Amino acid sequence: MSQFGTDITPDDIIETLGFFDTWEDRYKYIIDLGKELEPLPEEHRTEANLVRGCQSQVWLVHEQRDGRLFFHADSDAFIVRGLLGVVLAAYNGKPAREVLDFDIEGYFDQLNLIKHLSPTRGNGLRAMVQRIQTIAQSEA
Amino acid sequence: MNKRVNLFDVERVREDFPILRETVNGHPLVYLDNAATTQKPQAVIDAIVHYYSHDNSNVHRGAHTLAARATEKFEGARTKVAEFLNAPSTQQILWTRGTTEGVNLVASSWGRSNLKAGDRVLVSAMEHHSNIVPWQMAAAATGASVEAIPVDETGTLDMTALNILLDERVKMVSLGHVSNALGTVNPIEDVIALAHKFGARVLIDGAQAVSHWPVDVQALGCDFYVFSAHKLFGPTGIGVLYGKRELLEAMPPWQGGGEMIERVSFEGTTYNQLPYKFEAGTPDIAGAIALGAAIDYLNQMDRTAAAAHEQAVLEYAQEQASAEQGIRLVGTATQKVSVMSFLVEGTHPNDLGFLLDQQGVAVRTGHHCAQPIMEQYCIPGTVRASFSFYNTMAEVDRLFAALRKAREFF
Repeated sequence: MSQFGTDITPDDIIETLGFFDTWEDRYKYIIDLGKELEPLPEEHRTEANLVRGCQSQVWLVHEQRDGRLFFHADSDAFIVRGLLGVVLAAYNGKPAREVLDFDIEGYFDQLNLIKHLSPTRGNGLRAMVQRIQTIAQSEA
Repeated sequence: MNKRVNLFDVERVREDFPILRETVNGHPLVYLDNAATTQKPQAVIDAIVHYYSHDNSNVHRGAHTLAARATEKFEGARTKVAEFLNAPSTQQILWTRGTTEGVNLVASSWGRSNLKAGDRVLVSAMEHHSNIVPWQMAAAATGASVEAIPVDETGTLDMTALNILLDERVKMVSLGHVSNALGTVNPIEDVIALAHKFGARVLIDGAQAVSHWPVDVQALGCDFYVFSAHKLFGPTGIGVLYGKRELLEAMPPWQGGGEMIERVSFEGTTYNQLPYKFEAGTPDIAGAIALGAAIDYLNQMDRTAAAAHEQAVLEYAQEQASAEQGIRLVGTATQKVSVMSFLVEGTHPNDLGFLLDQQGVAVRTGHHCAQPIMEQYCIPGTVRASFSFYNTMAEVDRLFAALRKAREFF
């Protein structure tokens, strides 16, 4: 298991995706990224932790340690798990202020990935980002 | 391959549907989402363009030529629908926005004026949400209850259980003709006969049935039959509610406004006759006319040959699925049409849907608005390939090639 946000940063992901020429390779990488995501224990897979607006089931929990926000997220779908990794790479282990300041749309644009996703799936990811930003706002 | 397909020239028919020539993500489109909506033949597209180019006017009131022309075509479409369903009269053909609105109209108007505390409404466990929720709303308003007729592991309606569930407190049995999630064809003739014995009314949700074979509402004897034009090669936004005359006559209007009234005054308003009593506001005139064009299109086709071809495509797909390691069909009732719902070991339906789309294959994934049956089967949803007569064996091969490639990702 790698630590998203430290072992795997947004720049790592942008760089790696940049290597690949085909959608097949890009999505194989995303699926592998999902395998690096620590599975969320069953007790956290609750109704309250479900992120609304996702086509697949997505759960998100967070904690604050030493002024930094740590997120644990999981999904029952593999590509979504990988995309959660993409999002957590940007947010995990950062102070709330940095979470709020991070240019997520610019990051998504550089990934050249989101446009390949169906609107519902893209929206699910945005619902996830919105939830993280709301958490950061309340913790800032 | 089945010999019967030779009777039906699928390549010739495909030429009638311009969208089938689309390229998606660099691949020729393989459209296998027909249970969500069917594609439109050129004749339907032309009917919409022609209406707005030549006939557009409001119906039933204008004192000019265009209004007369629009009205004539609009009412002509109603006649085509009446003939299509073999309804005894055009007055029993009500325009709606679609199947969902049809069920809501009956649940609201008939439901709230006929149901009372202690009454029961039966739906099936594999029903689409649009044939569950309107009844729950009517039940909440009247004190009635909504109960599910059980469905077994294969997706077959449990007729023995229905027999036990039925009593004189059951006032309505509302049932899908065909399950959108599983493809099961329900034995609606038997259900209607049985329900009527107990004095219950029967609504049939025909959304998934009308595109596959002719429906005769008089032979069926159902009290209400609803469907959507867009699942019958027509446009979205228009649908049909057929009802027995005595029921429609007795039902209170649902929405108020223009068109549905006879005379309005502050002392009291009287309502228009059928079907206009239920058609407040300016209707989807172009949509109705285009639905008429879709029916004309079907009428010039050998529908028996088309259905045989479609069934052969489904059977071919199901054979392929059975031959493939790790594919599980969900919904294996003996009587099935059009739909192949399935799961692939070690993958999530949504991942497969995405990876198929990348290869130009359009399927639906998820719970298909039928969460109760998915919960009963303890699955998050399925991948659903749903066929129409314009699909080919070669497209089934494309589906399975794309599936094999998708599985390499995991």
